[in-house]
Amino acid sequence: MKWRTVLLVLLAWFAITVPAHAEYADVVLNRLSEKSGMRPVVFPHWFHRIRFRCKVCHSELGFKMRAGSNIVQMNDIINGKFCGMCHNGQVAWSADRCDLCHSGKRGLPSGIYGGSETGGPGRW
Amino acid sequence: MAGRLRLALLVLLALVAAVATASGSKWATVASDGVHDPASPAVGVLQEPGEALANFPRDTAGNQVRWVQALDEGLIQPRTNIHPETKVNLRTTEVLLMNTSVQPLVRFPHRQHTAWLDCSNCHNGLFEEKAGATRIGMMSILMGEKCGVCHGAVAFPLTECNRCHSVVRDSAEHLQFGGALVRETAAK
Repeated sequence: MKWRTVLLVLLAWFAITVPAHAEYADVVLNRLSEKSGMRPVVFPHWFHRIRFRCKVCHSELGFKMRAGSNIVQMNDIINGKFCGMCHNGQVAWSADRCDLCHSGKRGLPSGIYGGSETGGPGRW
Repeated sequence: MAGRLRLALLVLLALVAAVATASGSKWATVASDGVHDPASPAVGVLQEPGEALANFPRDTAGNQVRWVQALDEGLIQPRTNIHPETKVNLRTTEVLLMNTSVQPLVRFPHRQHTAWLDCSNCHNGLFEEKAGATRIGMMSILMGEKCGVCHGAVAFPLTECNRCHSVVRDSAEHLQFGGALVRETAAK
């Protein structure tokens, strides 16, 4: 009986060690989203980095590197700027797939998530 | 019965130990990562980090991925440009940063940085092009300036001191610079 209790405690511990944290360098964009009735946007750096080098977005597309220094509006995206350079239905899903990007938890402030440790890039 | 339980206990202990030591922290799922809305229709459509990252060289920090190694080994082939006319700039010089107090010197390798970034991402805003001309301090880095614009936010975090502070004063590696701040290296 005692062993069973220990086993249950260990199982609970095992369940707890499965983390519930954002992936390193995830960016939440919520300057305009919720005000417009949409979920915040979650931008995963890890996913995009597998497919594009930093310079594609941060040099060619003109995304400034400091999070929060880019005002990203749907109008611009639909016109092929910012995310819209790829999210146009050709390179990646088009801007009419609203929920795939606007998938964040409501109420989250904008910024870098996932255990970033500098104050700067997360400064909005 | 007690024997079987004891065996299960041992297996579980081994499992927990393996998870804790070998793999470090695991990747959360999209539904449980605390930033995605579990009720969002994107859950189940978006790729899971664990699925994408598990087969890359393992790190102990950040995304748990050695991104430069993954790139060097050809495990990922990220695009360098979208516009065909964009010039892709690469450099292989290394720069020595000398004013590191009691810490080993910093060797800044252009090769790994230009593989990802364009010159204009750093020059001449964050750093002057001339080696030694920019004052860089850990305080400003920790505040998210200079190297801290990326390191600590999207590139490997600032807990990994020795990855940058890697050159012991007067070591063979230091002497390779021959008293200069900049050294040309053969592209590795």
